[in-house]
Amino acid sequence: MNTDVSSYPRDWRRYTASQRLLRFALYFLFILAIVQSVRTIDVIPEFLYDAPEQMLDLLNRMWPIHWASFRGDISSALIETLHIATLGTLLAIVLAVPVGLLAANNLTRNRGLNLLARFILVSSRSINSLVWALLFIAIFGPGAVAGTMAIAFRSIGFVGKLLGEAIEEAQPGPVEALTATGASLSSIIQYGYWPQIRPAFWSIVLLRWDINVRESAVLGLVGAGGIGMALNSAMDLFQWDRVALVLVLIFAVVILAEIIITRSRRSLL
Amino acid sequence: MAELKMDTPKATRPFALSWQARVGMLLVFVYAIYAATQLGFSWSRFQSGFELGARFVSRLFPPSLERMDILWQGIAESLEIAVLASTLGILLSLPISLLGARNLMPAWATWPSRALVALCRALHPVIVAIIFVKAVGFGALAGVLALTVASIGFIGKLFTEAIEEISLKQVEAVRATGASFANVIIFAVMPQVFARFVGFATYQLDSNLRNSTMVGIVGAGGIGGTLFSAFQRFDYDFVCTILLTIIAIILLGELLARMVRAILLDNVTFRELLRLKPDTRLRAPEGDDA
Repeated sequence: MNTDVSSYPRDWRRYTASQRLLRFALYFLFILAIVQSVRTIDVIPEFLYDAPEQMLDLLNRMWPIHWASFRGDISSALIETLHIATLGTLLAIVLAVPVGLLAANNLTRNRGLNLLARFILVSSRSINSLVWALLFIAIFGPGAVAGTMAIAFRSIGFVGKLLGEAIEEAQPGPVEALTATGASLSSIIQYGYWPQIRPAFWSIVLLRWDINVRESAVLGLVGAGGIGMALNSAMDLFQWDRVALVLVLIFAVVILAEIIITRSRRSLL
Repeated sequence: MAELKMDTPKATRPFALSWQARVGMLLVFVYAIYAATQLGFSWSRFQSGFELGARFVSRLFPPSLERMDILWQGIAESLEIAVLASTLGILLSLPISLLGARNLMPAWATWPSRALVALCRALHPVIVAIIFVKAVGFGALAGVLALTVASIGFIGKLFTEAIEEISLKQVEAVRATGASFANVIIFAVMPQVFARFVGFATYQLDSNLRNSTMVGIVGAGGIGGTLFSAFQRFDYDFVCTILLTIIAIILLGELLARMVRAILLDNVTFRELLRLKPDTRLRAPEGDDA
């Protein structure tokens, strides 16, 4: 084989000119964005200088933690938070499963339905749960009902998207075998897809429940029930020792949720 | 003829649910009813909710285009918060995750950095924002700091795990040449994890963009404050404008993240970039709030 070595460039470069140009454009864009943000962002330097002082003051006011106020309001608010997270997750599963089934393009062979389902999932995920809570407060009034609905609607996108992806990854073999026997659609889903996506389904649900426990703790800041309401009222009254108690409780619940998740993942999967 | 008697199998459904599953489902159902009554769900409330909802939706439209300057101010601040928080978070989480990787560092270095990352992950960004609002006052700085903490928690955890999964062969090879520790990191570790790092970082940029529209609700700057006060003043048509803008920005952000990944990871040329296909290769990493 006759290769003309001299036709190769003398110095080897990793990227072509166009690739390099794109990279530089990207880096330039980043730098530009950062510089622009630093220049225009509204920071009051005096506030920054006394930040350590303020932080110390905050810690001083938080200590000692006001454990006595746990009985009554705060403990029931904590239970309410857990109810909101759990019921919201259950509601989300009920609402998200049909959307997830429609979004999977190997199960639903209709492009229009796929796109519609995708649109529902994207809009559910684009709106933050706090904003969902604000919307539902406008509909149901302040309280735990709005919080539960917010959690549920925010979770539809998450559960539906991951469920749809799990269905799309399922092996076609069992499904084809079932189709060949003339099984109905519900049987195909129940015996063809469900055994394959079951581990994914449980892990999605557990993951979302964990996220929902965290999120339901802050929903109360906009008035959607749960421990966030206690947090908000304690902050408005500058009762920082009660704020500290609520923060410790939220922390404990989050850790507890993680432990439950790891345990049940081991037994369910 | 001898009596031909065949045992007809009892008509059982072969894939019937086990009794444990049935009891479990029943328990879940009972719990749902109990929790719903505890939280004050009731049919009459839903009925009145439908009415109010219809009125609410009708008041959302048409979106108001009057106060575009306020809208633009808030959006610009949100974008600034997202950019700065992502930059800080990415820069800080790099050394923290290197310190946290158990296969590279001794235990006295991994424990503190792992604890730091766990602490950053434990609290919701909004709660962190509340604390920073108290520390540095109302405004964008509190938002930047809160989202930086969230970014460290997210990228730090996933990037530490990515580093722990690398192949140690390259590390040994580079070490055998007598390379310094910094060289081992740059030439043996980073090439193996850079792609995933870019994935996490762009994902976090996207997620910071979403969250920066929200921290304003507790006074940490950005469009969230404007949104919240518009809600409280029942300016629902302005609310609609803000929500539509946020959704548009988030969609743009996703597109940008996809382009960054295409340029840095796939080395696309300009022409390929213009007809970019949906990115199915890099999914949102597990464990995040997609």
